[in-house]
Amino acid sequence: MSDDTPRKSPIATRRQVLAGISALPFMGMLGGKVNAADYPTAEVNTTGLAVTDDKVTVGILHSVTGTMAISETGSVQAEKLAIKQINDMGGVLGRQIDFIQEDGASDWPTFAEKAKKLLVQDKVASVMGCWTSASRKAVLPVFEQYNGMLYYPTFYEGLEESPNVIYTGQEATQQIIAGIDWVAQNKGAKSFYLLGSDYIWPRTSNKIARKHIDKLGLEVVGEEYYPLGHTQFNSVINKIKLRKPDVIYAIIVGGSNVAFYKQLKAAGIDMTKEKPLLLTISVTEDEILGIGGENIVGAYACMKYFQSLPNDNNAEFVTAFKEMWGEEIVIGDVTQAAYLGPWLWKMAVEKAGSFDIDKVREASPGIEFTKAPEGYVRIHENHHLWSKTRVGHALDDGQYEVVFETEDLVEPDPFPEGYQ
Amino acid sequence: MNATFYTRREWIALAVLAALILIVFPATMDVFRLNLVGKYLTYAFVAAGLVLCWGHGGILSLGQGIFFGLGGYCMAMFLKLEASSPENTAIQSTPGIPDFMDWNQVTELPFWWIPFKSFPFTLAAVVLVPVIFAYIIGAAMFKRRVGGVYFAIITQAIAAILTILIIGQQGYTGGVNGITDLRTLLGWDIRTDSAKFILYFVNAALLIVVLLLGQAVRVSKFGRLLIAMRDKEDRVRFSGYSVADFKIFIFCLAAAFSAIGGAMFTLQVGFMSPSFVGIVPSIEMVIFAAVGGRLSLFGAVYGALIVNWAKTSFSESFPELWLFAMGGLFIAVVMAFPNGLAGLFRSHVEPLLAKLTRKSPSPPAPDATPAEAVKLAAE
Amino acid sequence: MIGDYTLVEFSSILAMQGFAGLILFSVFVLMALGLAIIFGQMGVINMAHGEFMILGAYVTWLCSHFVTAYVPALFPVYFFVAMALAFLVSGALGMLVEWAMIRHLYKRPLDTLLATWGLSLILQQLYRSVFGAREVGVSLPDWMMGSIALTDIIEVPINGIFVMVLTMLISLGVFILMFRSAWGRRVRAVVQNRAMAGAVGINTKKVDRVTFGLGCGVAGVAGSAFTMIGSTGPTAGQLYIVDTFLVVVFGGAASLIGTIASAFTISQAQSTMEFFMSGSMAKVLTLLTVVGILMLRPEGLFTLKMRR
Repeated sequence: MSDDTPRKSPIATRRQVLAGISALPFMGMLGGKVNAADYPTAEVNTTGLAVTDDKVTVGILHSVTGTMAISETGSVQAEKLAIKQINDMGGVLGRQIDFIQEDGASDWPTFAEKAKKLLVQDKVASVMGCWTSASRKAVLPVFEQYNGMLYYPTFYEGLEESPNVIYTGQEATQQIIAGIDWVAQNKGAKSFYLLGSDYIWPRTSNKIARKHIDKLGLEVVGEEYYPLGHTQFNSVINKIKLRKPDVIYAIIVGGSNVAFYKQLKAAGIDMTKEKPLLLTISVTEDEILGIGGENIVGAYACMKYFQSLPNDNNAEFVTAFKEMWGEEIVIGDVTQAAYLGPWLWKMAVEKAGSFDIDKVREASPGIEFTKAPEGYVRIHENHHLWSKTRVGHALDDGQYEVVFETEDLVEPDPFPEGYQ
Repeated sequence: MNATFYTRREWIALAVLAALILIVFPATMDVFRLNLVGKYLTYAFVAAGLVLCWGHGGILSLGQGIFFGLGGYCMAMFLKLEASSPENTAIQSTPGIPDFMDWNQVTELPFWWIPFKSFPFTLAAVVLVPVIFAYIIGAAMFKRRVGGVYFAIITQAIAAILTILIIGQQGYTGGVNGITDLRTLLGWDIRTDSAKFILYFVNAALLIVVLLLGQAVRVSKFGRLLIAMRDKEDRVRFSGYSVADFKIFIFCLAAAFSAIGGAMFTLQVGFMSPSFVGIVPSIEMVIFAAVGGRLSLFGAVYGALIVNWAKTSFSESFPELWLFAMGGLFIAVVMAFPNGLAGLFRSHVEPLLAKLTRKSPSPPAPDATPAEAVKLAAE
Repeated sequence: MIGDYTLVEFSSILAMQGFAGLILFSVFVLMALGLAIIFGQMGVINMAHGEFMILGAYVTWLCSHFVTAYVPALFPVYFFVAMALAFLVSGALGMLVEWAMIRHLYKRPLDTLLATWGLSLILQQLYRSVFGAREVGVSLPDWMMGSIALTDIIEVPINGIFVMVLTMLISLGVFILMFRSAWGRRVRAVVQNRAMAGAVGINTKKVDRVTFGLGCGVAGVAGSAFTMIGSTGPTAGQLYIVDTFLVVVFGGAASLIGTIASAFTISQAQSTMEFFMSGSMAKVLTLLTVVGILMLRPEGLFTLKMRR
């Protein structure tokens, strides 16, 4: 059975309805259940979007085929869950959300083509989609030209601030700085070995990490990049053993991850001993499925969300997610960020009282989502989210145990001064 | 040799095709769909090149993406430089260079980017860079009589290597993101609907020119030699012809066609990325030619159109099934219809047409039997 | 002192790096062997090679699940059973494919390339539909995951040794089969002159089918073994394809010795360079060197002289 068909009938289970009801309080601030008749279509949709008296259409644009399907499946599932929950609660401005799903097929031009189709032909009111930076870069001109709104879920390198994108994942400084501070203060780390897959996100992230390490007066003893899909890491592991860093800072993605962690363990580096300690910003619970919990136990990950996050919002979210997609499923950082997309859009639409892209954009900064599984988030003027950063400690069952979280929300800073 | 350029039937076929892409499509489609068709037609350039080099010359290149990509990248470099004027890129630490260079701490335009500030140079480079590359590959391989499956894998390996190079050297090439956010061509905004409309016609017209050029090669004595070479290479060699030179020529010609397609792709789609250079797109391009009919230039166009249209509509409604359909198509075409749509047309539709018009069926296809071809070659 | 390191450290690292090179060599040989067998015998390039490998990996994954659920006592040794099963399953699928597809295309070797590519697309989607789009984690017995500490610094990964031994055994097996057995004689007879081989009573069809099955089976074992060092997902087969093809092409496609020699050259070059520079640059330089040599000597390191 394919992963993106719901395992349960689409009729809401009691638990989901309850989850919906418990999400009602924040609806209260918007004046309770919204009646579509109070918002005539002609007024809420002046730009010819696919909005009718009882329906509004959005797009979902992810890869369900090709190499990226491994990562993007979770995002699709989260977005569908959010849409379903919103519909169960009465929809957006009284209109049920209908979605058109397109397959980016792990191919950037296809993403651009499908984005254009969604905006030009289907006139969708917003798009939840993309995963890799490359696919986002490919669709960006399309969204800017045809004035669409994209909710982009992945943690990414920053250096971008498009009026047509809401970035629901963290940009690099949010994710990196807190983690490095934490290992420096709590683990006494003095030296770092930076490692990454060879493309823009790991390189930019490591650049920021290096600057921050310098700022703390600590030392970088090595920096390496391997091609995407590389499967042999014995040489770099030898180099790590030779340099004896306190921290291996790893930003490896995709299938390479599995190879790296398996080989690291086989080479006798026991991460539970924390000599060296391994800190990653690229391995979510989704990746651990492939790596195997026993191969990464003891590593630390720095991101904004872990499935094990102990709060009520998250407990409900995890339950609802498993209800819909199966008990054995895991939820990673990006999946959670994808779940935020439809909610943030809904709130922006209701704040603006309109589906028009320009009005939604105007309404977006300052939107607060108190029921986010990761906890309270708020949209910044620069279209990124204020969010907390957390450090998780990998357990052998494939989950992380949260060992640290920043006290305050971390401000998103896509063009960090002093880090470029 | 009394080769007629086209038979009457082929003139009709050309007229039908021209009417279809120059009149019917623009008249019936909105700019979005037309732009999509324009994109498909850029693959038809590659497929037409493959008809000559694979169908007629027997040289299967699984690396046409290399040339499509190189052509596209040359064009993209020019457009990117135009889009990265110091005013547009004022927020960068080094204004005036492409944004991805700035992200990668490149502070100066690399020397080999500088010529691409010139449009005439770019136009020449679009064709010449891939052709020179093809010449180097071809000369190395064909002079040493490497051919067949072996040649196919080597071209494939080169495609893979080039992809890794482009991705690895992201400070100079844009890496896996490719070169994106292209805006204007000599000040003309290529993102507007009217520009897309015009570019579609430029593309279609170029395609017809390429098809005519391909036909000219095919009906020439050289075209006959190609087929002779494909079927009995040794005999052609023993007749005193330099087989390697012919092969190099046809390979370079196919590369040039692909490169034009690539450049038109960049113009119409607005970016270029390494995902066109690798193994997967290169093999897909072969399937366009195979579906259309590896011996038919017109077939190549229909093949590219139909496969891509199927891909788009299939993946819109059943994304999971698309790969099954594509894989099945590969196998079916190869096993059951080796001459593709053109073959089916010739064996099923033409007799029917002939019956209707009560005329004798068309003369035999130019893919004459080996014996005849060699006879011709020896003349 | 050499640089910042003591002599002991440096020589230990050199030893470990040499060992890393040997592991890489074994991995390359294991990847490429199946492809080379099929190509050497029938001039067919099996583009679905990576997918046959992943089939082996999935078989291993299923085995690990089955064993954990029903006979946990056997877990420490299940891997051997899994490899045997991977060989059988991939081999059987290979023979099926040969029967259904490849045998109709022997006169058109270029077309087999396209047909097997189509097959690879179908298999990828099949894996995705059956096993899900996400990667699966194959759990391994603990004894396979550790390392042996020879000195304070030199540690030898057990799975590396495992892959090396496996590669040696399989290569040895293939060599005995090809060059010391009656069956191998028949295979070689068919390679050299199909018509004559048929005329003296060799069932050439059967030879083809079994050879194709053997090649796919070896790919399956490779895939099974690589669950120790790599990922298992619907498209993971494509991670190996570039390296595999380069090894085979560089070795001279039709020669098994050539394949091994080329695997050795490429792996040593790569692991040496990886030590002195960044991994990405090392890869690019290795590839460029390989292509450069291929330009000068496109027929590869070793070629079989035969009439065409």
